[in-house]
Amino acid sequence: MSILIDTETRLICQGLTGKAGLFHSQNCRDYAKNECGRSEDFVVGGVTPGKGGSDVDGFPIFNTVEEAVNKTGANATMIFVPPPFCGDAIMEAADAGIKLIVAITEGIPVRDMIKARSYVAHTDSRLVGPNCPGVITPGVAKIGIMPGYIHNPGSVGVVSRSGTLTYEAVWQLGNIGMGQSTAVGIGGDPIIGTNFIDLLEMFQNDPGTEAILMMGEIGGNAEEQAAAYIKENVTKPVAAFIAGVTAPPGKRMGHAGAIISGGSGTADEKIAALQDAGVEVAESPADMGTAVKRAMEK
Amino acid sequence: MKIHEYQAKQLLQEAGVAVPRGIVCQSPDDVANAFAELRGELAVVKSQIHAGGRGKGRFREEPDQAGVVLAKSADEARANAEQMLGNTLVTIQTGEEGKKVNTLFVEEGLQIANELYLGIVVDRDTAGPVLILSSEGGMEIEEVAKESPEKILHEPFSAAYGLHTFQAVKLAYRLGLDRQAVRSAAKFLPAICRFFLDNDCSMAEINPLVVTTDGDLIALDAKVSFDENALFRHRNFEELRDLNEEEPTEIQAAEAGLSYVKLEGNIGCLVNGAGLAMSTMDLIKLHGGEPANFLDVGGGANVDQVTEAFRIILADDNVKAVLVNIFGGIMKCDIIVEALLSAYDKVGFSVPLVVRLEGTNVEKAREMLAASGKDLIAATDLTDAAKKVVATLNA
Repeated sequence: MSILIDTETRLICQGLTGKAGLFHSQNCRDYAKNECGRSEDFVVGGVTPGKGGSDVDGFPIFNTVEEAVNKTGANATMIFVPPPFCGDAIMEAADAGIKLIVAITEGIPVRDMIKARSYVAHTDSRLVGPNCPGVITPGVAKIGIMPGYIHNPGSVGVVSRSGTLTYEAVWQLGNIGMGQSTAVGIGGDPIIGTNFIDLLEMFQNDPGTEAILMMGEIGGNAEEQAAAYIKENVTKPVAAFIAGVTAPPGKRMGHAGAIISGGSGTADEKIAALQDAGVEVAESPADMGTAVKRAMEK
Repeated sequence: MKIHEYQAKQLLQEAGVAVPRGIVCQSPDDVANAFAELRGELAVVKSQIHAGGRGKGRFREEPDQAGVVLAKSADEARANAEQMLGNTLVTIQTGEEGKKVNTLFVEEGLQIANELYLGIVVDRDTAGPVLILSSEGGMEIEEVAKESPEKILHEPFSAAYGLHTFQAVKLAYRLGLDRQAVRSAAKFLPAICRFFLDNDCSMAEINPLVVTTDGDLIALDAKVSFDENALFRHRNFEELRDLNEEEPTEIQAAEAGLSYVKLEGNIGCLVNGAGLAMSTMDLIKLHGGEPANFLDVGGGANVDQVTEAFRIILADDNVKAVLVNIFGGIMKCDIIVEALLSAYDKVGFSVPLVVRLEGTNVEKAREMLAASGKDLIAATDLTDAAKKVVATLNA
């Protein structure tokens, strides 16, 4: 079992005709076919307005998401559309009835995301991201830019605000023989579609997940809210790591959402809240994998 | 992107938000003339720097001179201006190095009945803009939040429609304003919320927002910053940017597509990915070192970017050692090593360099590092890397 992705998932890519869109669509196709043994096509097409009717490396291109859904039965999308147009692309996908929208694009204006998130909230769609690496269920499929082969099928649910930090954690889990049920990057922006609590709930309800690893960072209070949720609702073992103990206040640390403002959003507050909720918090980023093991042995 | 108070007030005025009459000045003569032109009994002379705390701040060269002063005559205004222009203002927000004052803003004095606080930000929880008001004008809002949180009003408003009039009136009554001031608030508050939305602001703060003895709401101070990702919609904002207010290395990094933040320590770091970059700083600290910077070289990490990243890190004289921490995923480790070695030669290293690589093709990459014959230290894992880079400082 897993969350978000299963064998019924059929993916399109909005912005497939761009360099990054094509490269990662090919990677997602290859991962599904070569490492997950899927016989039918996982990536069923791409959407780029004005290029409908063409074919790029075997991917049929459509002008609109609606058309792509009608012709391919797609139920998931991966978005690489440039920032000025990406908010609109997210809404188009929701309008077309796409169930899972994964937005990879970094640098979307906040006002556009306020609009897009509010739009998606009134539909049945789920938005993951933006500014995220995507979602992978090892052995089933991946939607995003993460290196597929470092993941292994298993029972640890992984959720994180950061990309490479997630790869690091997955690598560490692999080194101690632990695989993942699903790994989700929720994104480094201040306004995102899916937060820690949504995924904690899904992992708690997923029979294929035995333990959860969450990676947070400075900025906002999503980790504190997650801690409160864990305390009340999560019975599975949870381990965590929080990046940015040494980050100075008032400075944006790469991610648009990673900023300590007005004295709140510090790593120390988040760590304290998680520890209070009984979460095994790794002190060092070298210790994320083993923290999961310790949480399971508690 | 931050702008100066006088720039913010110009934009606010154009958007129909009440501000005091004011004149931008570059010289003591300008200031004396401005005083005369404003025709008041007193005027306020305000240093224009991006940092807050100007009123309590003092100049390094003139320790008795405040950053914001009240002048009762043109001569007094001029005398103050002479001690301010070209000097370095140190406030609680500038740090010890302070900021040089090149511009002054001279404003009319107002008859103040009451001082309020106003702030607008985007709230992550409601995923929309929120208007924050408090009766405690002039105080830092963080202090009010700590000491008397009940005095802070939070009003989320629609990003599509702005703040409705009834919301403005409701808030004004909650603040205890009188009838005339409530009428003024019913115009002022929706106007500034509309300004926030129309200009893609990330923050707007009016502290204090004053109520005059005539019952008018006027923005006495104004701090505004814009969403960098939305600047393509506002091409005219580019000319408001004051590069003197920004860290030169951070500008250089941004132009090279790198994300860099200068810190106070002595171990430089080059990492791919923001989360891993922050974690690397934490790791250095955990093992007894102090990071000199945050640097995310991005997912691509090509020769040009790595070279520029090394140059920026080494330009900081505090840096006594450098740690490279790369997790090669889609971008394979051997490709990254090629970029590293090439950049190493181009830059010319004078401090120890510790390299930690993990991920795709890591074995091949490690062999390449070992065979390069360069004077660098290979680390096997994260902990090993941190220990080794800290050890070079003690050697």
